[in-house]
Amino acid sequence: MPGSTYLGKDLIGLEHLDAAQINAILDTAEPFKEISERTIKKVPVLRGKTIVNLFFEPSTRTRISFEFAEKRLSADTVNIASAGSSVQKGEGLVDTARNLEAMRIDMVVIRHSASGAAQFLAERIPSNVINAGDGRHEHPTQALLDLLTIRDQLGRIEGVRVCIVGDILHSRVARSNIWGLTRLGAEVAVCGPRTLIPPEIEALGVQVFPHVEDAIQWADVLNVLRLQLERMETGYIPSLREYNRVFGVTRARIERAPRDLLILHPGPMNRGVEIDSDVADGPHSVILQQVTNGVAVRMAVLYLLAGGAPETAETAKRGVAQ
Amino acid sequence: MSTHPILLRGGRIVDPSQNLDEVRDLLLADGNIVGSDREIAPPDGTEIIDVSGLVVTPGLIDVHVHLREPGGEHKETIATGAMAAVAGGFTSVCAMPNTDPPIDDPAAVGFVLAAGIRAGTARVYPVGTISVGMKGERLSEVGELVEAGAVAITDDGRPVTDSGLMRVALEYARTFDIPVASHCEVLSLSRGGSMNEGLVSTRLGLAGIPTIAEDVMVARDLLLAEYTGGRIHIQHVSTKRSVELIREAKARGVRVTAEATPHHFTLTDEAVEGYNTNAKMNPPLRSAADRDAVREGVADGTLDTIATDHAPHHYDEKEQPFDQAPFGIVGLETALGLAITELVEKKVITLNQLVERMSCAPARAFNLPGGTLKPGTPADVTVFDPNAVWTVDPNRFYSLSRNTPFAGWQLRGRAVLTIVGGRIVWRGDDAR
Repeated sequence: MPGSTYLGKDLIGLEHLDAAQINAILDTAEPFKEISERTIKKVPVLRGKTIVNLFFEPSTRTRISFEFAEKRLSADTVNIASAGSSVQKGEGLVDTARNLEAMRIDMVVIRHSASGAAQFLAERIPSNVINAGDGRHEHPTQALLDLLTIRDQLGRIEGVRVCIVGDILHSRVARSNIWGLTRLGAEVAVCGPRTLIPPEIEALGVQVFPHVEDAIQWADVLNVLRLQLERMETGYIPSLREYNRVFGVTRARIERAPRDLLILHPGPMNRGVEIDSDVADGPHSVILQQVTNGVAVRMAVLYLLAGGAPETAETAKRGVAQ
Repeated sequence: MSTHPILLRGGRIVDPSQNLDEVRDLLLADGNIVGSDREIAPPDGTEIIDVSGLVVTPGLIDVHVHLREPGGEHKETIATGAMAAVAGGFTSVCAMPNTDPPIDDPAAVGFVLAAGIRAGTARVYPVGTISVGMKGERLSEVGELVEAGAVAITDDGRPVTDSGLMRVALEYARTFDIPVASHCEVLSLSRGGSMNEGLVSTRLGLAGIPTIAEDVMVARDLLLAEYTGGRIHIQHVSTKRSVELIREAKARGVRVTAEATPHHFTLTDEAVEGYNTNAKMNPPLRSAADRDAVREGVADGTLDTIATDHAPHHYDEKEQPFDQAPFGIVGLETALGLAITELVEKKVITLNQLVERMSCAPARAFNLPGGTLKPGTPADVTVFDPNAVWTVDPNRFYSLSRNTPFAGWQLRGRAVLTIVGGRIVWRGDDAR
């Protein structure tokens, strides 16, 4: 079975990775950052590999980020979106996967609305499976790029206080961040309306701030989550307007922080709802750096799952035989 | 069908309806129990079966099964379900009406009855719907359903949201003295959840079904039963608070009976780990505290009935991401083994109490013949080996479906002989 001695066959989530494995991915991402800065953004690391990007849910940022990562490593890629494919005709996940498998692919990047879908697929096909977000469960590469961005900015992750603000209940980004951050020794908190905080979340090693002002007093980093419009429609919050009033990360609130805050957001942003523009575009925001790091982190994951080793990433870039 | 007399020789007869627990012979003839005694001289032509070392009890009764026919024959039919029942030691089952179409008129009741008789194994008692089409709007023609052979009414699977309708059902059913069986779930509280709301659902990122979704409706139905004087039967109790509510209601004299399923007294929501769709059912597996409360409820009789909620689903339907897979697991062929292994072996209940919960109490709750070995009653008898150790192999199930979380489990206790109306309908591997 193809796979990584560092990560195993698949990357489903960060819950079952240890600190050494997470650090291996982050360290491997470092040498890959530079590729995207070149005039000719292409290295032969994954030449001849076939990768399918299987997106059952709409996605722009994550899908394109994966696609860039794959192409810059010279893999052959195919994108499948659920609309206009056999999925729309009612083909089940198992059959879609087996048909792809029959075409002899090497890796599948999957985004799906059902929690557990990535693991479901990984257990049924021999290809490497990378989870690009499954329901509310995990979005490991997003958390990895968040970790890399924090490490870039603060020089460390251990001991850093990170508060995730917003709709924790429905957020795969929150779950993956909680696992990744706690594994690497960060202090983690969550903040949001009680209706959007999942039960017994404290058991994952995080504290809960009912008030965003208190979170801001405490934190070094705020990771501000997108608030979906449908949360209002399904009655978890009364209105987006009130959400901004009570939980919005606004300049006025940020200015009362006792120290420089780092502002992250996984995107896409609802400006004026969970975050105000003068914070999103302000001096403490590293939101676009997250996006840049996303490509490097995904290259690292692809490279490792294809059997690469962190210490040979630099030479692999130059096309030297692995 | 004529049957020859059968003498079950030297078994331990456990019959709580007669306060009987001793080694005796039991004679069956002409479809009825003739009687039991230390030693019975068999009449000519009697088949003598040595059951020494085995337990002989009134036939087990499961008041909560889904046989899927009509409409879901790829999951189960009345014939396969009834066969699974007798292989699990059950002589009678009550078939839930949430078929397609639902059992909401006398013709449909007649269809279930006839198919059960044709199958010729377990007795199949139809349960009718509370509401027409199970739509939760208008009361079914309950009198006609009962006249056609329905033994109870329920909208199981689709909780009765309208409290006014539930009140009417309980009141109206009094005329016929049948229980109204209730799947207690407030849908606006369970809101699309697929497992218990708690730490495991938080970790797996699955929408939760909170315990209060059950508790609120259990409380409502108990109050309605108390107010109307109707008979409420609370199905598949899964939470600590619901057990307490029922206990309190029983103490107040409310006419309530209640079920515990083998999966709710055995497993917790940790069984869902790995997105195991065979651990997905409704109500869901709960916390260890809830599981323990269900056990205590079975022990003190608050939950007077053990029922399986046998819910077959096809392999393809369960072979999906967790939140897309249907709710339900099969239970007929593992219930007795689980009850002995998890309750009797662990000293939660005695063997006598097991027979009470799996035969006598269900017979009383649904006014069914059986639940006793008294002379002159129908010869529905289960003989089981309380010490037989066996491994659950779903490929050997008689049920058409294999959706069980207990595959590979080693259980103690298994039916070896199931007799319905004096006729042997199941003889297990270990029968001598």
